[in-house]
Amino acid sequence: MYGKVLHIDLSRKRSWVDDESELFINRIGGVGVGIKLLEEELPKGVDPLDPENVIVFTVGPLTGLYPMASKTIALFKSPLTGNLGESHAGGRSAIAIKSAGYEAIVVKGASETPIYVAVHGEKVFFRDASGLWGVGSSLTVGRVIREREPGAGIRSIMRIGVAGEKLVRYACVTTETYRHFGRLGLGAVFGSKKLKALVVSGAGVIQVKDVKLYRTLYDEIFNATTRTAIMRKYHDIGTSMNVSPLNEIGGLPTRNLKEAKFEGAEKISGDFLAENYLGRRVACSHCPVACIHLAALREPYEDEPYFYKTTMISYDYELIYALGSLLGISNTEGMLRLFHEVEVLGTDAISTGVLLAWMTEVFEKGLISETETAGLKPKWGDWKTYLKSMRFLVEQPTEFYRDLSMGVAYASNKYGGSDYALSFGGNEMPGYHTGPVAHIGFLTGARHSHLDSAGYSLDQKLLKEDRKPSVEEVVDYLLEEEAWRQILSSLVVCFFARGIYSPTLVVDALKSVGYEFSPTELAKLGLDILRDKNRFKLREGFRIGDLKPAKRIYETASPLGCIDDEFIGKAVNLFYARMGI
Amino acid sequence: MDYMCAKRVSIVDSERCVGCQLCMFACTRRLGYGGLGLSAILVKSTGGIERGLTVIVCRACPSPPCQKVCPTGALTAREGGGVRLNPDKCIGCGHCRDACPFGAIFWNYELNKPIVCLYCGYCVNYCPYKILAFEEVGK
Ligand code: SF4
Ligand code: SF4
Ligand code: SF4
Repeated sequence: MYGKVLHIDLSRKRSWVDDESELFINRIGGVGVGIKLLEEELPKGVDPLDPENVIVFTVGPLTGLYPMASKTIALFKSPLTGNLGESHAGGRSAIAIKSAGYEAIVVKGASETPIYVAVHGEKVFFRDASGLWGVGSSLTVGRVIREREPGAGIRSIMRIGVAGEKLVRYACVTTETYRHFGRLGLGAVFGSKKLKALVVSGAGVIQVKDVKLYRTLYDEIFNATTRTAIMRKYHDIGTSMNVSPLNEIGGLPTRNLKEAKFEGAEKISGDFLAENYLGRRVACSHCPVACIHLAALREPYEDEPYFYKTTMISYDYELIYALGSLLGISNTEGMLRLFHEVEVLGTDAISTGVLLAWMTEVFEKGLISETETAGLKPKWGDWKTYLKSMRFLVEQPTEFYRDLSMGVAYASNKYGGSDYALSFGGNEMPGYHTGPVAHIGFLTGARHSHLDSAGYSLDQKLLKEDRKPSVEEVVDYLLEEEAWRQILSSLVVCFFARGIYSPTLVVDALKSVGYEFSPTELAKLGLDILRDKNRFKLREGFRIGDLKPAKRIYETASPLGCIDDEFIGKAVNLFYARMGI
Repeated sequence: MDYMCAKRVSIVDSERCVGCQLCMFACTRRLGYGGLGLSAILVKSTGGIERGLTVIVCRACPSPPCQKVCPTGALTAREGGGVRLNPDKCIGCGHCRDACPFGAIFWNYELNKPIVCLYCGYCVNYCPYKILAFEEVGK
């Protein structure tokens, strides 16, 4: 049966399975189904850190069948923005959920004492996690659970760090050490439920409707992902290859976006990292691309000569932006240590970087002093101080750090500096100052993320063609892109494979598992899902009128020149009008 | 089968393995299913992904310990190395699984029978990083 939903009630320590096959048939899976389940299960207006908040994990009909259908969608009410929480992660999470026999897992309620939940096929175990609560490194937590639970190689261990326990509103959930449900604070929701981890494993197989079509299509996709140029970009250098080109055109946010070109970019670029530090490549389950790049950082022990430790640290474009250029850091090893610390603590790297950048600027301008920062003097490029502040962001030794744990929008409302608090709809800004389209995308995207509609890519196209777009063109592009991405996240296919999973291929892939959808029907469904997400946001208090980006984005020139706030305003209004909300 | 022709999957260099599990998916797909549930090959981390990966698959021992402990004769030695399973004779006791020093006998929980590599080489074609090779036993 396709459409089994496992419900886990942490308050009553009970679990049960529902048949939602009809919902899955109409809405494919992933985000399409997830948003419906969330709408239904979540009491309206509930506080995101209340036990009544609900977490919905979903996979889709292609999970476990085709290459790069490797992601799990998590939906919840975001403690950072107060409305839609949505993040995607790979690792082995998707195949584990599917192999355990489910298309979705819904977690609700809260435990009184720390626990972790282990789902092994049909069996659900509620295990005590009091000993794990407070353990300083999320890497240790993974190690301990790995030793205790079965399923090596076919399981997923989704866990939080201390940041999640301390309810830092941008805490993440980490899976398989290097993948994250990063944005919008799922880690804090876990923390509020006293849920340290969710372990999933299973040994089920997946039935295929048309085996012959399945195998043919499989080979077609496999060949496209391994033997053609489409995936080159992610394959060779990884996403970090964006650093140099973005810097060259002047679209790399630097020092809290006071500038968009970084003189130290070379030392933090993808090429430099690959040449000097790349130590290992890793993939999500069922992904031949292996975009996960790990740097090997060799550090001496200060108290003992000839002793070294080598740490494998995952790097990506977004991390380099947030904990590199945005903080003015060009010391490669210093930056890598910040990457590692963010992994240890379990916070979202983008939000962390934006907060530290804002904190540096308000300190510079004298809006706060060492009283607030607990003695630290944040300074551009000073990674050692940033390393300490990252711990403080989580430990919250002063009221100031407690306020920072709420996100940059909240903190700037209280301390000032809103003009350069880089936040969109309450979510901290991703690393693209490529032009107006990127920013319109951050504003209108349902998650206020660069992954919603990839505005930066139209900006770059406009730059090449040396022309200005009309408001209509921008809105059409963003709407179409975001709607199509709802289909990809319903299947659930990694966005990096979007060049391969064209509408016609998706139609065929769905056919092989018994779904009949035409490209037009898919386009319509994508738009419906997007509308549902936005309706959910409105239901939970999101207001279009509140979308006011920081002045900074207009002050610092982009590759396409200075961004015009009137243009942005018109585009945002037209976008929501088109959506009919 | 001709002695020299007995083949097996060998691990060329697991250090380069990325953990994509495409080999595992191939093994179950060969039987017409998606997922990993029927795979006779396993890729897992050696103490967390940060420490690297290891690939486990039957190495077609010339004198297979699994076959020696099988009480019913369900496992017979293949000429040239490795074993063949006759599921009709298997009673699901699990001795073979315990006897394999590599952990290369996997388990079909639904049928309560071992999953044993067929030495077909299908998985090798799907490894994007040439970690696996299909070659004659003893090479
Ligand atoms: S299962 Fe183990 S013992 Fe048996 S032939 Fe294979 S490697 Fe040797
Ligand atoms: S050789 Fe055949 S049976 Fe053995 S692991 Fe590879 S695909 Fe599976
Ligand atoms: S297909 Fe190759 S790289 Fe991928 S997990 Fe298997 S052995 Fe490793």
